[in-house]
Amino acid sequence: MTAPAASGRRTLNPFAEWANDSIVITRRNLIGYLRQPQVLVFIFIQPVMFVLLFGYIFGGVMNIPGISYIDFALPGIMVQSATFATIGTSVAITEDKNSGILDRFRSLPMTRSGVLNGRVIADTVRTATTVGVIFFVGVVLGYRLQTDILHGLFAYALIIGFGFAMSWVAVFVGLSVKNAEAAQAAGFVVLFPLTFISSAFVPPETMPTVLQWLAEINPLTNLIDGVRELTLGIDSGGSIVRSIIGMIVITVVFSLLSIRKYRRLT
Amino acid sequence: MTTGPVNTTTDEFAVYVDGLTRSFGETKALTGLDLVVVPSTVVGLIGPNGAGKTTAVRILSTLLKPDGGIARVAGHDVVKNPQAVRENIGLTGQYAAVDEKLTGRENLEMIAQLTGWTRRGAGARADEMLERFELTDAGNRPVGTYSGGMRRRLDLGASLVLSPSILFLDEPTTGLDPRSRGQLWDVIRDLVDEGTTLLLTTQYLEEADALAERIVIIDEGHNIAEGTPDELKAQVGGDVIEVVLADPTRTAEAAGMLESFSVGTINTNPETGDVAVPVGDRQSMIAGAVRVLDDAGIRLVDVRRRRPSLDEVFLTLTGHHAEDEEEDAGPDGMQPVEVTP
Repeated sequence: MTAPAASGRRTLNPFAEWANDSIVITRRNLIGYLRQPQVLVFIFIQPVMFVLLFGYIFGGVMNIPGISYIDFALPGIMVQSATFATIGTSVAITEDKNSGILDRFRSLPMTRSGVLNGRVIADTVRTATTVGVIFFVGVVLGYRLQTDILHGLFAYALIIGFGFAMSWVAVFVGLSVKNAEAAQAAGFVVLFPLTFISSAFVPPETMPTVLQWLAEINPLTNLIDGVRELTLGIDSGGSIVRSIIGMIVITVVFSLLSIRKYRRLT
Repeated sequence: MTTGPVNTTTDEFAVYVDGLTRSFGETKALTGLDLVVVPSTVVGLIGPNGAGKTTAVRILSTLLKPDGGIARVAGHDVVKNPQAVRENIGLTGQYAAVDEKLTGRENLEMIAQLTGWTRRGAGARADEMLERFELTDAGNRPVGTYSGGMRRRLDLGASLVLSPSILFLDEPTTGLDPRSRGQLWDVIRDLVDEGTTLLLTTQYLEEADALAERIVIIDEGHNIAEGTPDELKAQVGGDVIEVVLADPTRTAEAAGMLESFSVGTINTNPETGDVAVPVGDRQSMIAGAVRVLDDAGIRLVDVRRRRPSLDEVFLTLTGHHAEDEEEDAGPDGMQPVEVTP
């Protein structure tokens, strides 16, 4: 039989194995991002464009009583970027599936969730970076936190937590669709209206009745209102708690669905 | 890792498959495949596109669940104890399953780290694999810059990081140029010398003939014949007399005249003027065949007696060629395959 070259191997307990696999795949995905300068540029340029667009082009005509428009819109822009970033998650998973590397991982004696954890963690790091960039560009353009740094950090965590939860939805979509184009199209068709028919850029009260109703039941409105409570000090009537519960539910449901899907890929 | 209960009757086999079935919707990919691989041997699974080869390998490597039947690898049931199966196998599929953005070394390190190596151990293991597959110089380059042959070698290296006792090679040389293919064959032969059990699928009969000790021919999802290459060739009926006409336009005419000498299906190539007649053990027919053609004024550029090729075996057993018409270019653009007795 073959030479016992397994001398460098160790046996890990199940939790250590799970953590190890997740970290190894996270590193792989982050290296992947760093090796694609054009993708990096896109990750940074697109959100900056949105800040400029809303700050300067729309900002002039927008009038929210008592609040500067950039203070109002920046939470919306950050949440929108965190949401759109999940399209990249779906595309990356689909590409891995079609390139055969998921087959490689699935035929290894590694944990079943490691590949998906690594994807979600790496993409959450990416989103955290993007949202941070938006914040600093916003500050340069006149954005000011109306509360304090702790509330600001809480708001940041809320957005990143939401990005994390939505990545699990994106992983499930990526595992379910046939190719990267489909993943991209599906993401855009769902996420574009989801972010615009919300309180992200205008108060829902200014919308026609039907859109207003849609905007008010939109979970993104809930999240954005929560972020505004933390950054502007406007009471949102429990949006923060509802957002946290929502993220936990989405994460639990879609991580379980995704792992199940991963096991049953053909 | 758990090893689970070992079945005493099937434990002696590296791979034991009994009545395996799998459908995809209406398509029946496997319809009762039986397969046994003895440890430290090479079995070639051959059949046309869509015969079920890849489905079989995917089930054996735990990527796909069967609908019915038994599949045991290294003594472990692929459905009941997939993780134990994964500890014992390596898989190289039709596409190089490596990350293009990582370097060759990073790819191998990643696989090692995912299977329990320490960071340092993984680095050493990666170096070992790079050296073995002659990729040391390219080790720090992103795989995106590799040639097709280099990718396949890296892919094979990745499937060997674990030192698996059983290796599945699913059409390992499809799409490679002859030189890369030859290199890969050498690597595969080395593995065999070291005692690795190999299950190899291929559409190229030449490849199975060159590498496999036993061949299982499958068609429409189940096995239709098996044996050593020589046994299979004997099954078709001994020797083949092959004549090459000076005027290829008379190929069909010549084939008609040689009908009485044949014990099976005459294989012709109207482009090259090649007529291959299975003659069984009646080797003396060669003189008679030449005389008949000569009398009809058909000039020959070559006459030879040879063993049947596996493609002729396949043709006889299934009624069609192993390779699809549009893909018959094969590794060398050559078919059928010449066999040296």
